[in-house]
Amino acid sequence: MRVFRITCAAMTFAALLVVPRSAAAQSAAPAEALQQQIELLRKELGDRIAALEAQLAALKAAPPPEAAPAQPPPEPTPLPSGGAANSKVFNPDMAVVGNFLGFGGRNVVNPSPALEMAESEASFQAVVDPYARGDFFLSFGEQGVNLEEGFLTFSELPGKFQVKVGKMRAAFGKVNGMHTHALSWADRPLVTENLLGGEDGISDAGVSVARLIPAGTLFLEATGQVFRGDSGDNLFRSSTRADLSYVGHLRAYHDLTESTNLDLGGSVSRGHNPAGLVDGVDVGRFSTTLYGVDATVHWRPLTRAIYHQFVGRTELVWSRRDQFDGEQKSLGYYVSGDYQFARRWFAGGRYDHSDRADMASTVDSGGSAILTYRPSEFSQVRGQYRHIHFGDAPAANEVIFQLQFSIGAHGAHVF
Amino acid sequence: MTSRTLSVSLALALLAAVTSAASAQTLNVVTTTEDLGAIAREVGGDKVAVTALAKGYQDPHFVDPKPSFILAVSRADLLIVVGRELEIGWLPPLLTSGRNNKVQQGSNGYLDASLNVRILDIPAGQITRAMGDVHPLGNPHYWLEPGNGRKIAQAVKDKLTELSPANGAYFAQRYGDFDTRLAAAEKRWDATMAPYKGTKIVTYHRSWPNFMERFGLNVMGYVEPKPGIPPSPSHTLELIQDMKAQGVKIVVVEPYFDLKTPQSIATQVGGTVVVMAPSVGGAKEAGDYIKLFDYDVTLLAAALKTATGK
Repeated sequence: MRVFRITCAAMTFAALLVVPRSAAAQSAAPAEALQQQIELLRKELGDRIAALEAQLAALKAAPPPEAAPAQPPPEPTPLPSGGAANSKVFNPDMAVVGNFLGFGGRNVVNPSPALEMAESEASFQAVVDPYARGDFFLSFGEQGVNLEEGFLTFSELPGKFQVKVGKMRAAFGKVNGMHTHALSWADRPLVTENLLGGEDGISDAGVSVARLIPAGTLFLEATGQVFRGDSGDNLFRSSTRADLSYVGHLRAYHDLTESTNLDLGGSVSRGHNPAGLVDGVDVGRFSTTLYGVDATVHWRPLTRAIYHQFVGRTELVWSRRDQFDGEQKSLGYYVSGDYQFARRWFAGGRYDHSDRADMASTVDSGGSAILTYRPSEFSQVRGQYRHIHFGDAPAANEVIFQLQFSIGAHGAHVF
Repeated sequence: MTSRTLSVSLALALLAAVTSAASAQTLNVVTTTEDLGAIAREVGGDKVAVTALAKGYQDPHFVDPKPSFILAVSRADLLIVVGRELEIGWLPPLLTSGRNNKVQQGSNGYLDASLNVRILDIPAGQITRAMGDVHPLGNPHYWLEPGNGRKIAQAVKDKLTELSPANGAYFAQRYGDFDTRLAAAEKRWDATMAPYKGTKIVTYHRSWPNFMERFGLNVMGYVEPKPGIPPSPSHTLELIQDMKAQGVKIVVVEPYFDLKTPQSIATQVGGTVVVMAPSVGGAKEAGDYIKLFDYDVTLLAAALKTATGK
């Protein structure tokens, strides 16, 4: 607008400059008046140009206009919850759990070495396809490797069935299905050693079918398993393909309160035992039948779940073992209690009692006191005093030191 | 002509019956936390039956995968999870044992609520457990920001509509109502917290980055030396010195942590411990998603007023 005005003024001024020349010839008198007007216009125009130049200088000297408001930083791109989008995404979850043991004291029946890296369990777990998942647990000892478990799970079958195929720990009772690092003790109860085949318990290659049974708010699950028939050192042994072993298990669970729950189970198992083997030939064709009941009460106050909990558990196993000298009827059980009294500290005790499977008149019993310290979710240090009164040998008094640690994928909490 | 009319009438009646049945069908929604459950109730109304697994007053990192949860998962039409590996210690066995193909990861009935929200603390570079129990996919406590709550509700609305199209309009109306009430509440909370912007505080665990960012508070330290690691004497002393040097008076604690160390810190610095609800149900007054913020904002503002004199 100002430019327009200046242009108009300049044109007017120019016109005025031209017009007086022609007018001067006509009259000298008005010439003075015109001269005055010209001077006024010249002055006005000069003032305006000066004002514009001042404004232009001011604009040049002024700071640059404020920058446009900064755009908010882009929100972090959410990552897919499945993991990084690269070729490793389909790799199985991998973890290794180390179990280091130290023994002090005396045990003439089962003398463990003073120090040993008893087990390094490597796990590989992943979904196979839309229908199944695969789980492998390889147990590395100092001497060799053992496939502790390796199975395929079909969990999306009609009728709430779940099928497992592979090598697995049998669903007999509670402790039999647990890996060593998930136990509340550095060892396994005497009943496992005497009646369930030793350290590994009932563990074999086979097929497992489990089904949820509708029962309202009661969790009821029935499991049936068929195995090749080889478990433990002295429990089940198959001599022919027909010598399969079988396990049946019924589990009932109920929340008594939001903090307390009760878990009950009943188990049965049957298979051929090695008592009839003579020079590698099963001439006796003997079998063993096991019956078991288990009960677990678990208390964990939800507002203090990371500081306090208590697990009380008992398992009873009856064994009926045929052998050359007749049927041996044995009973074994344990009762245990584990209390978490601080965020990192657990204390517990266990009482053991078990007849021998092949000689029911020989009875072993014992007790343990356990103290566990967990610096984090992924490591723990444990001390255990263990006394065992053997039925046919001097008593054992031992102190067991255990260090467990895990690396790799975050596994699920054991319940 | 009469038979054709009759046929058309019957078809229409059948269609109406089917539509009506579909509308009346109640979806079983299982959520891993009460926050997601509360939002699902806001959007789903009486068209959903919601079961929340973890209680609002328990640490959601450490939940027992109880068989009763297996039953809930086995009956679910929709499973809504927090994600970001919050439930990594307890959800996988529930999914496997639940035998429910509708709610497996990747199925239509599985909703990870974290996929469209603002996630903070996503680690950059190499992470190890020497850093504590870090979450590689970012901080999972993202629901403690109303904007994220709105986005979760939107995702729930979309998912419920996908599963029950006949009730789409109903879910949209309820989402709109929730959105309006949340927006009004946000103005209220912003006004309450406005005087305290920039105030420094300490929290026990890294549960509150979204909440504190939303209301302009500055978390200058944590009672835990590292995520998931219990307080150590050396770290506590260092924290007390830093709080004294910077004039920090507020220690925010979740209801499932022991108060001994936080109270000791507060006493040393002449400050206050504020036990805030990190989830719906974390306090009796925090009965739904909006009440959760009502409770926390009121509690924190009162403590800040005392601490700052504003």
